[in-house]
Amino acid sequence: MNQPGNLPRSGLGSLVLIAAVLAGGAAAFAYTAGWLSPDRLTPERMIAALTPPSGAPLGHRRNHAKGICFTGVFEANGNGVELSRARVFERGTYPALGRFNLGTADPNAVDATVRVRGLGLQIVADGEEWRMALINPPFFAVSTPQSFHELLIASGKKDPDAMKTFIQANPEFAAFAAWAKSAPWTASYAEEPYHGLNSFIFTDAKGGGHAVRWSLLPSAEVVPISQAELEKRGSNFLEQEIVERVRASGPQRWTMVTTVADPGDPTADPSKAWPEGRRTVQVGTLVVQRIEQERDGPCRDINFDPTVLPRGIRLSDDPFPAARSSVYRKSYDLRAAEASDYPRTEAGKP
Amino acid sequence: MSNEPHRFAPIQRLLHWLMAACIVAMLFIGVGMVSTVAPKYLPLILIHKTLGVTLLVLVVIRLALRLHYGAPPLPDDLPPAIKLGARLSHLALYGFMIIMPLLGLGMLWAAAYPIVLYGGIQIPALLAPSDRVHTLLWDAHFYLGFAFFALVLLHLAAALFHALIRRDGVFATIALLSLRNKTTPAE
Repeated sequence: MNQPGNLPRSGLGSLVLIAAVLAGGAAAFAYTAGWLSPDRLTPERMIAALTPPSGAPLGHRRNHAKGICFTGVFEANGNGVELSRARVFERGTYPALGRFNLGTADPNAVDATVRVRGLGLQIVADGEEWRMALINPPFFAVSTPQSFHELLIASGKKDPDAMKTFIQANPEFAAFAAWAKSAPWTASYAEEPYHGLNSFIFTDAKGGGHAVRWSLLPSAEVVPISQAELEKRGSNFLEQEIVERVRASGPQRWTMVTTVADPGDPTADPSKAWPEGRRTVQVGTLVVQRIEQERDGPCRDINFDPTVLPRGIRLSDDPFPAARSSVYRKSYDLRAAEASDYPRTEAGKP
Repeated sequence: MSNEPHRFAPIQRLLHWLMAACIVAMLFIGVGMVSTVAPKYLPLILIHKTLGVTLLVLVVIRLALRLHYGAPPLPDDLPPAIKLGARLSHLALYGFMIIMPLLGLGMLWAAAYPIVLYGGIQIPALLAPSDRVHTLLWDAHFYLGFAFFALVLLHLAAALFHALIRRDGVFATIALLSLRNKTTPAE
């Protein structure tokens, strides 16, 4: 030991070493946080790309901002048990909470201007939650989260060549563009099919894995309508229609159909539909019993994060659920902090 | 033998270094996971939650050990201001170790996320969903995380100062291996 206050000869060297350790630690931390990597695709950058030029929808979801909440049940018929040991597939009735929505960052969008419609859903069985967010096209627009970011950037540009360049680099987008052009419009959330698109792995009781995708197929009769006719019915027609339909005709139903992949079917790319003829299993029925308030209702505090899964369902090599989880979480954090920009009504205050 | 120990008990030293490694990992995972949309986001989140709850359990054990075994005294010749700084910074480190996991759990509860740890262990919710509470706890968890990292760096600097410059035996009280004098054969 040295005498007190007596710096050893190596004092300066030690100080330099200490400074180097601290600087190295701080630099590694900054690198990990992405501060030195402006090109990293962060949830903030994805949300910036989703934000329209008019500004962020403060207090609302950063995408699928317009919607209306519902409650109901999921009636499992027991057929899903052969594929997954999740309790939610055991024959029975489980509480469900969900939200019909439009694929837009504008909570005040005119219904007829939004091509993609969606459904967020949470089913609870024995305390285990299953959340998902589905949309009506039968395949996704692009193959990877990076391509989705590029699509948002390209479609936001005024330069008409931006989209051409994007499509050249992402030819899978052509199928989605064709769907957007030719698929019939309907005048009701109840007449839409909703597709999960992402691939997940169901684990059965014996531990066997099954790659699956799932869809909710409507029981309501589909009545095609032109986009122009829908526009004439008013900018918020879909919300008014679903409220009136459930009030007048009672609960609305969708059959949940899981499609099982054959070996070799692409699970990592939701823009590629699996070939026709794959085995399907009807696992139950979503019953929408009650339309709930959007502003004050039970969907407001729920993030329909598709990675909230019960035991018996796990992620596949599809990169989208992780990306969606990361971005949805950021969107949730933002809108929760902005609650005063979208205040609850007096009656709805907790 | 004096009634005050010269070193921390072996179990205290072991726990110190184990938790130190985990806390540094937690801080890096924390800033890393929130800045990516890549598939690693989900395993990082799962590790962060599982390790966070584990650290909360460990800090309770560590406090109990500290109460039981006490701590070796600081050198008599250490200036009073430095001694005060040492005591306050250790209090703050314990404070962070206790409050960070609680804030993390609380912000997830307030956002109605189910908390499922590695191995499917479910933590029941003790807070009702509330965007106001979520924002408060999220902000605290986020900003205190950076303060925690700064304090860890300061702690590291002080440890190196004691070990390399003052060579006053303070570092040896917590060192995992005994390096009592220079004649000790190389490990």
